[in-house]
Amino acid sequence: METKINLEIDGINISVEKGTTILEAARRLNIKIPTLCHHPDLCVAGNCRVCVVEQEGARTLQASCATPVSEGMVIFTNTLKVRTARKHIIELLLSEHNSECTKCYKNGNCELQSLAADYKITNDSLIDLVPFKNYTIDNFSPSIIKDDSKCIRCQRCVRTCEQLQSVSALSVAYKGEHMKISTFLEKPMFEVVCTNCGQCVNRCPVGALVERNYIDEVWNAIYDKNKHVVVQTAPAVRIALGEDLGIENGEIVTGKMVAALRKLGFDSVLDTDFTADLTIMEEGTELLTMLKKAIVDKDSSVALPMATSCSPGWIKFIEHQYPQLLPNLSTCKSPQQMFGALAKTYYAEKRNLNPADIISVSIMPCTAKKYEADRPEMRSSGYKDVDYVLTTRELAVMIKQAGLDFKSLPEEKCDSIMGQSTGAAVIFGASGGVMEAALRTAYEIITGKEIPFENLNITPVRGMQGVKEASLKIMDTLPEWNFLEGVTLNTAVAHGLANAKTVMDSVAEGKANYHFIEIMACPDGCLGGGGQPIPTCREIRVKRNEAIYREDAGMALRKSHENPEVIQIYQEFLEKPLGHKSHELLHTKYTDRKSK
Amino acid sequence: MNSNNLKKTDVIFGIWPCMEDNKYPILEAVINRNPDDIIKDIINSGLKGRGGAGFPTGLKWKFAASQTESEKYIICNADEGEPGTFKDREILLKVPEKIFAGMAICSHCIKAKKGFVYLRGEYKFMLPQLNKVLESFHESIRKTGYDFEIKILLGSGAYVCGEETSLMESMEGKRGEPRNKPPFPVVEGFNNKPTVINNVETFVNVAMIQKLGVAEFVKLGTDDSRGSKVFSVSGDTPKPGVFELELGMKLSDFVAEYGDGDTKAVQVGGASGFCVPRKRFEDTIIGFEGVPTGGSMMLFNSTRSMYNVLSNYLDFFAEESCGQCTPCRVGCQQLIQGIKAVKKGSKNEDYLDSLLKLTESMKITAKCGLGQSVANSFYSIVTNFKEEMIY
Repeated sequence: METKINLEIDGINISVEKGTTILEAARRLNIKIPTLCHHPDLCVAGNCRVCVVEQEGARTLQASCATPVSEGMVIFTNTLKVRTARKHIIELLLSEHNSECTKCYKNGNCELQSLAADYKITNDSLIDLVPFKNYTIDNFSPSIIKDDSKCIRCQRCVRTCEQLQSVSALSVAYKGEHMKISTFLEKPMFEVVCTNCGQCVNRCPVGALVERNYIDEVWNAIYDKNKHVVVQTAPAVRIALGEDLGIENGEIVTGKMVAALRKLGFDSVLDTDFTADLTIMEEGTELLTMLKKAIVDKDSSVALPMATSCSPGWIKFIEHQYPQLLPNLSTCKSPQQMFGALAKTYYAEKRNLNPADIISVSIMPCTAKKYEADRPEMRSSGYKDVDYVLTTRELAVMIKQAGLDFKSLPEEKCDSIMGQSTGAAVIFGASGGVMEAALRTAYEIITGKEIPFENLNITPVRGMQGVKEASLKIMDTLPEWNFLEGVTLNTAVAHGLANAKTVMDSVAEGKANYHFIEIMACPDGCLGGGGQPIPTCREIRVKRNEAIYREDAGMALRKSHENPEVIQIYQEFLEKPLGHKSHELLHTKYTDRKSK
Repeated sequence: MNSNNLKKTDVIFGIWPCMEDNKYPILEAVINRNPDDIIKDIINSGLKGRGGAGFPTGLKWKFAASQTESEKYIICNADEGEPGTFKDREILLKVPEKIFAGMAICSHCIKAKKGFVYLRGEYKFMLPQLNKVLESFHESIRKTGYDFEIKILLGSGAYVCGEETSLMESMEGKRGEPRNKPPFPVVEGFNNKPTVINNVETFVNVAMIQKLGVAEFVKLGTDDSRGSKVFSVSGDTPKPGVFELELGMKLSDFVAEYGDGDTKAVQVGGASGFCVPRKRFEDTIIGFEGVPTGGSMMLFNSTRSMYNVLSNYLDFFAEESCGQCTPCRVGCQQLIQGIKAVKKGSKNEDYLDSLLKLTESMKITAKCGLGQSVANSFYSIVTNFKEEMIY
């Protein structure tokens, strides 16, 4: 039986499970205690001290986020002592913080700013310490800008990078007044092991870590009469964008998003889903080819398991941490980059456009995509395949700037060509989605039959568990695939780089018997991407996840190989998966960044 | 007041030998005693921790002993870093065997098999000597068949690592930062196992109580402050050095003995302690009922600027704060800039009151004793020497 702890908060009795913090107990009573360093995805830090409360009989105030309840505890959350202390804490934080709020990218979206507003901090009661500091801005990365003058040292980023991502690109350096959040030897973020995943950006309560935004560049392109601006949107954007535009978490806004993009002035509103389906064709074929080499040809050089390559944060991670396993990575570009390469070749040809006049923009739930688009190998069209990458948040900003009333926009459909989508592509936005999409197609290629799961829902690879494993026995194969008859296909799905590390360690040690693994850098997959609306936490991701599978279930086409535009592009342009053109445009190579 | 009122003692360094011919007779006596009886002795002795905070040692051990975990640790905090404190240095140099014996007694009481001495980095020079004593200690303990081993680890120079949980973080190879409490070290300490951490002098006191008996120990000191204490005397004094004195003395008696005749103030307990002005010498008791100290006694005569003294302390705290919690990290910087501004005249003297209120908040919101105790010296210097802050 679970032990219950009885306590009193602001005169109200409550009984909670042992181990509950004062903060959690207070929230159950709808008592709001302000927090800054606290984040539901992260371990407790207890370092900002803004959540202090008074405990009867205690000499000091208690950090409610870090203090577990105890029997008979009497807590007051709003005494004069508490208010005075909290106000002091906020004033102290502001005194060390570059408070030029009106010139800050996070203006209106900053937790310190709202606390200052709540507590009506109006006078300079303390001395401004910023002039005494030698703050620096790291704006070298194409993905993330780190401005130390805004940092409040809450260490959410440090905990994110270490615990959720196992990367530790950011950590605490120096002590006392010189304490700061820094990288290895204070190098710019793009020169260290940072994966650009942006999970730190998503959790930064202030403007110390923000995405490098390309909003003005995109507006300029839109207004440039000589440019044909195409836009693609990733599957995870349409289930989260609404959150930044006054729509409830978990609502699908695909149609409104398309309408908004058209109103913003993009010349063609297309869909990353199209190249997600294409990815399945390429990657699925790649996997089957490798399995054939391994099983039929007994080729021991075949690197199994094969790992997905859609997530650019994951790519940078493996390039740094497991360069010896780079041969295991699928050579497929991510859907964003496949799209970019095709936009300036196939699309240009079909629409009779000069590729030099095309500006290709992508809307992504991701900050690592910005880095990916900048990689030197991503110019197979002869141009920069994707010119600008915007996060979900940046798109929301543009929609607001344009004065659109998003809620009242009509539902519209993407343009064609390269605008058609299937349910298989939509689920790329959730952890396990690529795996499920690949299995739906691969199984049918091998057996000629639909995969034997009710409504094609491959539930074992769905859900929020950090590492998911699923095995599928292949039966009744078509003649050309009979080498797979009776073979049990072992798969693993991991999301969040800390979970990726678990899987990759077992692969590196030779303990894993997987054939195919899907890895997404961000917790719960792209729907929890670093470029998604803030806040993002497990509770919010669960709703986004449900929305994704709802979108899939509601689509007429649920399998990538049934996407008519995919069938068309192979007939007209690519010929066949892994064909010559595919190799040229849709596949890539990787860099060992450890030995460097 | 004449200096005869001060009672000099010699129990820590002298009186009783702990080691005879490289043997530790005390250990055999301890091993054959019931651990609960020893803990009861320590509780009855009234011994309070000698690091400064003064937590009752016996109670700490009792909590640790009641933990059911099989793996427990003992740590001797020898990270002596409080400005003006150098008494552990003397103890470590002169009677290390008594420290080890105290740790062994603790290990028997709480059932720990492993102990550590976390030695201040600057005391590295002691290592060869300490390890030599430790070797013979291990040898004689092995002969008794008792299973306990001590290892000496070196700190790296951070003041905050003298704070018990930061010290444990440092021992675990992490950045030296205080942890959230609870859980307290007796429940989750080093490696998240129940841990007793005591000051160097506390362990020597324990060995002494075992050797001479509770009755002998309680003869010294007052009801609230039992025993004697090793003091580090520095500053404007003709007799700087380490002295063992009975607890509960009047500060005026102390000044009569160690002052230079012109003592303006005594900083009791180091930078994190209290500054007592001359007018309060007579009614200030040095002990837990009055002004407690981990040993540091710094005397200042009339040639000293108390503004400079405070400014020096604040620089120290701003530098030595670990930086993780807001009140300590930013508060210290504000106090430095604040007193500078008042001195310069860019803020008027009322600003000192705002700063005093700020230190009140620091005292109740900082995560560990470092940030909480900045208020002590700030309050006592600013209120007692206000004119020196302004002009």
